[in-house]
Amino acid sequence: MKERVVVVGASAGGLTVAEALRRAGYEGAITLVGDEAEPPYDRPPLSKHLLSGQWEPDRLALRSEADLAASEVELRLGVPASGLDLGARTLTLADGARLTYDSLVVATGVRARRLPGTDGVDGVHTLRTLHDALALRDRLRPGRRLVVVGAGFLGTEVAAVARALGVEVTLVESAAVPLAAAVGEAAGLFLTGLHREHGVEVRTGATVAGIMSAEGRVTGVRLTDAAGASVVPADDVLVAIGCTPNTEWLADSGLSVQDGLECDEYCVAAPGVYGVGDVARWYNPLFGTAMRVEHRTNATEQAMAVARRVARPEERQPFAPVPYFWSDQYDGRFQAHGHLRGHDEALVLDSDLAQRRLLVVYRTGDRITGVLGAGVPPKALRTWRGFVATRTPWQEALARPRAAAVPTG
Amino acid sequence: MTADPIGVPLMRVTTERDRCVGSGQCAMLSPEVFDQDDEGLVTVLQEEPADELREGVLQAADLCPSRSIRVHG
Repeated sequence: MKERVVVVGASAGGLTVAEALRRAGYEGAITLVGDEAEPPYDRPPLSKHLLSGQWEPDRLALRSEADLAASEVELRLGVPASGLDLGARTLTLADGARLTYDSLVVATGVRARRLPGTDGVDGVHTLRTLHDALALRDRLRPGRRLVVVGAGFLGTEVAAVARALGVEVTLVESAAVPLAAAVGEAAGLFLTGLHREHGVEVRTGATVAGIMSAEGRVTGVRLTDAAGASVVPADDVLVAIGCTPNTEWLADSGLSVQDGLECDEYCVAAPGVYGVGDVARWYNPLFGTAMRVEHRTNATEQAMAVARRVARPEERQPFAPVPYFWSDQYDGRFQAHGHLRGHDEALVLDSDLAQRRLLVVYRTGDRITGVLGAGVPPKALRTWRGFVATRTPWQEALARPRAAAVPTG
Repeated sequence: MTADPIGVPLMRVTTERDRCVGSGQCAMLSPEVFDQDDEGLVTVLQEEPADELREGVLQAADLCPSRSIRVHG
């Protein structure tokens, strides 16, 4: 029988695996399984150009229908995987179909976490799918009141888009400083300042005690903070408190799925089973640590690495990327290279809110492990990224000629 | 489409600058073909790069986070 690769998850990661396999000369059968009925689409614009109304959904399509047809990939869309039998190399789909594979790629991504007790309340949103984004976009009208719960990059991006559309926005964050755990206190305060300047009410150190509703529709959010209990009236609420890996279907498989599918440095979870994208926690030898990265670029990069591995098993190369992400906030754009989370030190090299300029570098142990910038010349960011990629010692990176690495004026 | 002297069609590179987010991935993966302007947006140094640059150009197109690069041919 012809060899078969089954890819579960038909978003950026899964689709790229299928295409990269073909490009690498893989001649076996490829089946791409996805739980969403839509053909594969791109997610970063959901909280950016699509939400703002600048783009319509057609600009998000990852491939044209003609391209999909030409790729000789069997598509099974609108049906999630429901179980896996590693020994028999067989997975089960929710519609009862059984697929046998020689190689299995798990690219099932993540889903938005919800607030307990809010299911079925109109006006309480999450933002992960095209459907979610269109539903929220429909509600963003001048004068409406939006409460965003969770001031991470998704929550703050949506706050920025909503403000630009004339929405009254309250941003609620349980930590004292938004994003401090991810990018450090100074960068978090910079972002907070940016949002306050644009008229966002930022409530930090505040936890959600409950959602208020009338006739099944949200009317407000009850908060608790140092000052006590309060209520923020709301026409809509976006819950942006992070994501959960979609691994329930693997629960009885014997694979390790603590926080994502556990993989080694080759993205291998078990013989013939690979993890790709947001769902995969793999050991990144460049940083000497396991990580799970929910960023767009990582999905593609990891997909290409896994496809190479499946098509040419003899070429063993660990997957050791420098993660990258960007976030659009008002007229500025934050970009980061490296593994910032868990840093020991965040050193601010430049910070000027009025000029919308920020440059922070990160140390873990004695190495530079990341850089975050906004309004910084692109070549400077690339220089810092180079230090991260080459495992440059912290002191050495800081001692390099600043002319190349720090913006002037 | 033009051809090189022995008649092999060249690849052609186009970009959509209104999509570009300035990640610089392309300039790092294929510096002979891509660069960034002062705002970080993509600029194309060679619209019809030689075939030996193909691998890097394709990688740049694949890894562009905003899908701003198209490779034809």
